[in-house]
Amino acid sequence: MVQVYASSVIDASADNVWSRIRDFNGLPLWHPAIADSRIENGQPADRIGCIRHFHLRDGGAIRERLLALSDYDYSCSYEILESPLGVEHYVATLKLTPVTDGGRCFAEWSAEFECAPGREQELSETIGAGVFQGGFDALKRHFGGR
Amino acid sequence: MLQRVVRSTIIDAPIERVWAVLRDFNSHDRWHPAIEASHIEGGERSDQVGCVRSFTLKDGNHIREQLLTLSDRDHRSTYCIVEATVPLQRYVATVTLKPVTDGQRTFWHWESTFATPPGREAELRDMVAQGVYEAGFDALRKHLRQGEDLRPDGGEPMPTALPVPSRRVVLHRYGGAEELVAEDAQAPAPREGEVRIRQRAIGVNFIDVYLRRGWIPQMLPVASNQPGVPGMEAAGTVLDAGPGAGGLLPGDRVAYLGPVPGAYCSVRCVPSDWVVRLPPAVDDEVAAALLLKGLTADYLLRDLGRVGPGTRLLVHAAAGGVGLLLCSWAKRLGATVVGTVSSEPKARLAREHGCDQVIVTRDYRFADAVQRACGGADVVVDGLGMAAREENVAALARCGHWISLGQASGPLPPIDPDTLLAKSLSFSRPVVFDYVASPAALAQRAQRVWAALAEGAIRVPPIERFSLDAAAQAHDRLESRERVGALVLIA
Repeated sequence: MVQVYASSVIDASADNVWSRIRDFNGLPLWHPAIADSRIENGQPADRIGCIRHFHLRDGGAIRERLLALSDYDYSCSYEILESPLGVEHYVATLKLTPVTDGGRCFAEWSAEFECAPGREQELSETIGAGVFQGGFDALKRHFGGR
Repeated sequence: MLQRVVRSTIIDAPIERVWAVLRDFNSHDRWHPAIEASHIEGGERSDQVGCVRSFTLKDGNHIREQLLTLSDRDHRSTYCIVEATVPLQRYVATVTLKPVTDGQRTFWHWESTFATPPGREAELRDMVAQGVYEAGFDALRKHLRQGEDLRPDGGEPMPTALPVPSRRVVLHRYGGAEELVAEDAQAPAPREGEVRIRQRAIGVNFIDVYLRRGWIPQMLPVASNQPGVPGMEAAGTVLDAGPGAGGLLPGDRVAYLGPVPGAYCSVRCVPSDWVVRLPPAVDDEVAAALLLKGLTADYLLRDLGRVGPGTRLLVHAAAGGVGLLLCSWAKRLGATVVGTVSSEPKARLAREHGCDQVIVTRDYRFADAVQRACGGADVVVDGLGMAAREENVAALARCGHWISLGQASGPLPPIDPDTLLAKSLSFSRPVVFDYVASPAALAQRAQRVWAALAEGAIRVPPIERFSLDAAAQAHDRLESRERVGALVLIA
């Protein structure tokens, strides 16, 4: 089992950041690596079990299922159903925690998955630095973070 | 109704440094402005779950708090008030740290639940939130900025990711045993893939003497401004582990050997690939006395010598550390064991360990006796070197195998291939590290050694102990021919 963890501090309240990222169909609005997204079968994007089908800017198509969504904990978990990455049993969680000292929030994005032996390092880089940190950087730019 | 207070902040320091302070349940009187003085009751360690800190506040109040959980993995501790002169009832608090991975910063979350007397909810919530938590955030920030956490305080060393004091034995130039000098040093925090070990027993081997004499300078370079530390193996307890250290945890009992010297010290970081966990039956001194020598016996008998029923094995220095192991293990495998020793007491010990025929010789003359005893040796394990080279060739049977393990009498000169041709001999010059180069190979061989010990195929050799500071005397002893069994340094 490979584990990837990235975290950051964003200079906006957890409520503000959450309103930007809670939409399971909204990745293209805030994540620079995502080109488009739709929810399969016309389901609402906050129904647990709904599937988002999106394309990366480099063309790869990914299907992910929403596993958990908590407005109370500012937390969202999902799994990959299909992707060109070559990962199995991929489950990820994106979570915000308010920082009471200043109007900031602490953002964490973590994943666990399995992959072919020898690819752990490369996939951890792609996911941790590319997907997770790339998303944090975009949020920090948007909210004027440090 | 239970009150809940949550406060959090970002500290501009890496998580290891913040956690090093916060995991110490008794550190708060060094950084928190509200605390006057604090101590741990009953002399327990301040990272012992269940310990109680008893402290007074600057306002005169007195509180006793108990540590309920402590996790170095999650960077989390939980504690509760067991007795207090302030009316906080059923107070349970949790401190959690998380790394901010896109900067050397730390997220610090501090929360608690408690009950209060009616009407005092808001007052006590504010006291906890501002007087304790927020004031603590600012104070620890200042404490770290001023480097107060890095200053030695004379207290007991905490197993943290900071450098810890170590004692080590260094060599400023090659030479005799007197060149080994003990000094104070620091053991840095373990890096990725490393564990830091509090060493209790260090094995002394002939290779240490060769390193000291400068016979293998590429292995232990020594300069006056860059002293070398000898030693290939030790046993002790894991203090802490860097990331990716193979699942080893603080407190694990371990031993290691590795191809890079440096074991003559009390605290050392080594790659986790070198490390094996110790079974409960094997104590630190036995592990330090047996690991390198036992693994050596294992590959000599199994891999190189292919020793089995009927093999005629000649073991020099049969009462030495490796010699005794070879005698008893080879005997158990069905071999006929002939040994050479330099004195009658050593001969007795070798016989007790399974040596069938012991030749007492002080002048490296043994070939005739070996030929008479068994008709020539199929395998010679040679730790003698220079002075015995012709006798070894003469002692071997046809197609025999000469395994040069050491050079106690001096380095071997180049061997003329025609020397081997006369009886179709083989010559090997092995070093143990190549036989334990992968963690799996190391674990498998170590397992065989512990199993052989448990079933009596090998016995713990007599162990002579020296303090780490007396490493020079230990070397003198190893080089004298009076000694039997294994030597260990106690750190």
